[in-house]
Amino acid sequence: MDIHALQQIVHKTRDARRKQTIPKFAPTERDQLIHKYHPDFRASAYRPIKFGPNEGDKTVMELAALLEGDSSIQDHADLTAHYTCDVLVIGGGGAGCAAALHAHGAGAKTILATKLRLGDSNSVMAQGGMQISVAPEDSPVTHFIDTLKGGHMENDHALLKTMVEDGPSIAKWLLELGVLFDRQADGNLHVKKGGGSSKPRLLTCSDYTGLEIMRVLKDEVINQKIQLLEFAAAIELLSDEAGNCTGAIFKDLDNQRHVVVAAKCVILATGGIGRLHIQGFPTSNHYGATGDGLCLSYRMGAKLAHIDTFQYHPSGAVYPEQLIGQLVTEGIRSEGGHLVNATGERFVNELDTRDVVSSSIIRECEEGRGIRTMSGRVGVWLDTPLLDAEHGPGTVEKHFPAMMLQFERFGIDISKDPVLIYPTLHYQNGGVKIDTNSETNVKNLFVAGEASGGLHGRNRLMGNSLLDLMVYGKRSGLTAAGRVASMKQGQLTLKHLQRFRAEAKKHGNVSGVISPMILPAYTRKVN
Amino acid sequence: MAQDDANVIDQPEVMTPRMVTIEIAGKKVDVPEGITVVKAMWYAGMDVVRGVGCLGGFCGACATYYRTKDDPKVRTCLACQMAVQDGMSFTMMPPFPARKATYELQKLQDPKQDLFNLYPEAPLCRNCNACTEACPQKIDVREGVWKAVFGDFKSVSEMFMDCVMCGMCTPVCIADIAPNLVALYVSRAQGAHFSEKPVGLDVRIKEIQDGQYNEEWDKVLKMSEKQLAEHCATVK
Repeated sequence: MDIHALQQIVHKTRDARRKQTIPKFAPTERDQLIHKYHPDFRASAYRPIKFGPNEGDKTVMELAALLEGDSSIQDHADLTAHYTCDVLVIGGGGAGCAAALHAHGAGAKTILATKLRLGDSNSVMAQGGMQISVAPEDSPVTHFIDTLKGGHMENDHALLKTMVEDGPSIAKWLLELGVLFDRQADGNLHVKKGGGSSKPRLLTCSDYTGLEIMRVLKDEVINQKIQLLEFAAAIELLSDEAGNCTGAIFKDLDNQRHVVVAAKCVILATGGIGRLHIQGFPTSNHYGATGDGLCLSYRMGAKLAHIDTFQYHPSGAVYPEQLIGQLVTEGIRSEGGHLVNATGERFVNELDTRDVVSSSIIRECEEGRGIRTMSGRVGVWLDTPLLDAEHGPGTVEKHFPAMMLQFERFGIDISKDPVLIYPTLHYQNGGVKIDTNSETNVKNLFVAGEASGGLHGRNRLMGNSLLDLMVYGKRSGLTAAGRVASMKQGQLTLKHLQRFRAEAKKHGNVSGVISPMILPAYTRKVN
Repeated sequence: MAQDDANVIDQPEVMTPRMVTIEIAGKKVDVPEGITVVKAMWYAGMDVVRGVGCLGGFCGACATYYRTKDDPKVRTCLACQMAVQDGMSFTMMPPFPARKATYELQKLQDPKQDLFNLYPEAPLCRNCNACTEACPQKIDVREGVWKAVFGDFKSVSEMFMDCVMCGMCTPVCIADIAPNLVALYVSRAQGAHFSEKPVGLDVRIKEIQDGQYNEEWDKVLKMSEKQLAEHCATVK
């Protein structure tokens, strides 16, 4: 059928739905729903990791193969350093920039290396906002409690307390750098309510929060003349005799040469895994989100946490075909947008946590109440025109200019017609286990941002990622910088890799892949 | 699965794609109609490293020049956000060596005047409007440059909130202005120097420093798992 004909049911039922309130699920109902429909509980997609720090722990097949994968570096590779620095930051997104700026600001000689351009990251796409408890009726403790509930009580308490308490000073730092957060009439920071939060707590820059923060941080990295290595993909870390981290080897993607960087401390801020397309899901992630940092630190002996749980953002676009997997911001639901099935009914409280909303969308679709596309996809409607009906004409255009433009390019006006959505692979809830200084169990190896794990438990709350990036980017940068003055540069060896290879051999070298992946293989093989 | 067949959106173009002939950097290739420009490059067997970033229209990595069939006008797009059509030709924009001024933002004494020291070319705009026409984000770039020059930093910061820093406004400028970089400076100055200080934020920072929440933290952090779960359930 014509898409407009199918959309009629959304228009027809709008007024009736506006009078409805859908209660959130009780804890037991919620757990049942998630266990039945959330992709994290599809046992056939998982297997135990065969060796290494997380031996026996289950994760998705795609990641397990990469973690057990071999390095592209030979045992006797030339390890003469091309560059030497105090702090080496790997990754140019939010956490990497925050780490580099703070390490540099504290006087450390800092290099920022990234496999694409400075700023190419998921951070730049964050639309929903950044959770910081600035409202008078809110508090860091309430932020803590909300996050804990969202994370199914499995969040690391120390990491979480640190994040929520550092939040307000992070907002101040960003304001001083010139980030234009939305304001109330009295000049105070405007806060929006996010899914799973009991209080309005999202700081926003219209629906360009991540873009605005990244424009500013990138500009500041350049202003501070921090040394950059762009199009340099980290392919192996370096260790000294004692197993401490001492640098990294990169592949220059322009000329395929290896570049060795000696560093007293290394901060991995390499982001997430969306481009592994776990369980065949489309993804909202950027081109380079291939979990490189997980593989690199795993070979060094760093322990991972919560790597069996991923976030499937409830609203990934299903139509048009060109936008598949791309996010339709949660902000639309924050402002009252309904999720509507093929029979014109709401089926979940739209502001429940992401795992709950995603599970209920999958339920609707599996039980035959979805809307299908001829390409074999399925989804439910997100009633975007409702926002104009509720808050006055022009609301969608004013509050969600990025979304408007994105769909307008394909001839769709989301202020007039609802959008078809289905969960899209969005975030790696877990990652490399860190302490409150962002350091791993491998000395002088820090991990910050999405690549790290523990903070978000089994489900990250909307708006907590941008804060995580800034808080742990800053902490890793400051801790590393504070340490380097009293340190000597350690030896550059591949001892950790030899150990890892010996273990892989014991287990029959089963993986058969080289990791990290660096970039997904989208290029069609043309014969 | 019990599903009414009527519930299927028509997309014949996806089921049996019509092949179209396009030109990528001067080379003719056949690709399925309607896929994005960047996907067309992958389809054609090209490895793309420079020129792909977020794939969501936010990072500006994939700035591309394109022309449609029989139209003399060369237009701009983001390769991840543009569908190919028959007879289209395109090429990606290489990194353009525009000059970015460097500055210590907090130390600026008079940011509106400093604009002319940092970007002395900014007031030399000759009103050709090429920058506005080149913007894939539909920003009125020319107007923004003038507003910057006249010191209306607030308007510039609002107009350029959509800017993805793709830089397509820079190579077209006959006065060698880099409007996106000018706007970035102006927006940051607006935020750091001309925006109200949010009083509530300082209050909260002080509350935390003064340990105002310590008692509540002690209570929460000492709870058993069960107590904590019960406490969480009361917060709605």
